Amino acid sequence: MAQKDAKVQDLSQESVMFMKRYSAFAVAREAARYHSGWERAWRSPMPKKSYDVIIVGAGGHGLATAYYLGKNHGITNVAVIEKGWLGGGNTGRNTTIIRSNYLQDPSAAIFEKARSLYETMSQDLNYNVMFSPRGVMMLAQTQSEIRGYLRTAQANALQGVKTEFITPARVKELCPIIELSGPRYPVLGALWQERGGTARHDAVAWGYARACSDMGMDIIQQCEVTGVDQADGQVTGVKTTKGDIACKKLGVVVAGHSGVLADMAGFRLPVESIALQALVSEPIKPCMDVVIMANTVHGYLSQSDKGEMVIGGGTDGFNNYTQRGSFHHAEETVRALVETFPMLSRLKMLRQWGGIVDMTGDRSPILSSTPLGGCFINCGWGTGGFKSIPGSGWGMAELMAKGSSPLTDAFGLNRFAEGRFIDESVAAGVAH
Amino acid sequence: MLILDCPYCGTSADETELSPGGEAHIKRYGPGSSDTDFEGYLFGRENPKGVHFERWRHANGCGKWFHAARCTMTLEVFGTYAAQTFEPPQEIKDKISAKRPGWSWRDFS
Repeated sequence: MAQKDAKVQDLSQESVMFMKRYSAFAVAREAARYHSGWERAWRSPMPKKSYDVIIVGAGGHGLATAYYLGKNHGITNVAVIEKGWLGGGNTGRNTTIIRSNYLQDPSAAIFEKARSLYETMSQDLNYNVMFSPRGVMMLAQTQSEIRGYLRTAQANALQGVKTEFITPARVKELCPIIELSGPRYPVLGALWQERGGTARHDAVAWGYARACSDMGMDIIQQCEVTGVDQADGQVTGVKTTKGDIACKKLGVVVAGHSGVLADMAGFRLPVESIALQALVSEPIKPCMDVVIMANTVHGYLSQSDKGEMVIGGGTDGFNNYTQRGSFHHAEETVRALVETFPMLSRLKMLRQWGGIVDMTGDRSPILSSTPLGGCFINCGWGTGGFKSIPGSGWGMAELMAKGSSPLTDAFGLNRFAEGRFIDESVAAGVAH
Repeated sequence: MLILDCPYCGTSADETELSPGGEAHIKRYGPGSSDTDFEGYLFGRENPKGVHFERWRHANGCGKWFHAARCTMTLEVFGTYAAQTFEPPQEIKDKISAKRPGWSWRDFS
């Protein structure tokens, strides 16, 4: 068995050396030979005995952390361990919205960093993540929302994030299918971020995984962490279903299961896991080329490249690890959206699913060292994880490599004891 | 859909009739307590994957607060009980033990 494993590792080393770049030329070359030359995008090795850094969780945030550890800090003796399959958690369950129009300065900094990295991600990773800066519009449907978004637009101007508050007429121009004069919630204006948009969520995880594998990192799927080893208050490794693996530093990037991992490591988190759900309609012809968020009615909407209307809904109010949403929340979301988008009433809904999001008290993430030495945690992204993947990975990698990062310092665990919140719950509402 | 029996009015109420009220049996710390205790009271939560105790309000019904014992992994409900208690009644604990031998939650087991 040991011999066989060694052989698997040797083969994987070989493919590192011959990783082929994707290009128009490669497509033409493969077209000429029946596509027989494509390789696996990343290796699937067995774990080694020890690594410098282990990242738990091969979702977007975990893989981005590993990628920037290698790219920005030269740390490549890294394993990314995943319980299920790569990108199979919230990375593959979100509505792929990318924006950075936040109220508080630390949030704007990390989300804008993420958004700007999305702009060049396909080139950086040599992997098409289909970033589509089609514009994100957050509807103001009450007087208080108008005041809130005017304030956010001013804050964004100071933060260097380009947003503007637009009139209902402009909203109608950008999105002809909208009904402005809904009886309950008329559209009174919107906060518009022109360079926001969407990207292909799976491709983000796959692109990072391929790039990590290319740097010699091991991505180990179907390997569940069952315990955290420690000595003298310092992390020494993890117990997994594929054996014990030693490490010098541990990064926990597991979203909904952060509390479970924290429990293994011996500390508590100010986080609660709840279900957030989304649904998609049957595919239709292109009818809306912007992303619309309606926070008053808890719904957000965009049209995918396949033509499906992708609809995000509200969260459940109670703790839940089941990855399925409640029917009545889907009903509420659709009922509210049909008022603002009457044409949706004719659509059949194809699929509905849920993801487990980790919510903190101030609705801002936690990127922090922990009471356990050498153990770092990246969690609490709640309902806004996808848009922040590159920024989160960038900051988390710097935090793990250097011990602090200008992007993450405000997001420490200590902010709860110190009462130093980054309050986005008022600014962002549910559609974070 | 989640269905809980209100221990006061006896109605078998579904989720739309109820308001979730977060974790149950939280010990409150006030003036004079240590910073750690106060932080734990405000923000520290069990957030377990498995047996959990919660507060609910029969908002669109009799309006009373009550407690529920639930599994966050399967959405199974073990039972509901009155709010005026510091810990779950033995009867509820026994029901949980029958289905989840060896369970523990904070100091209860």
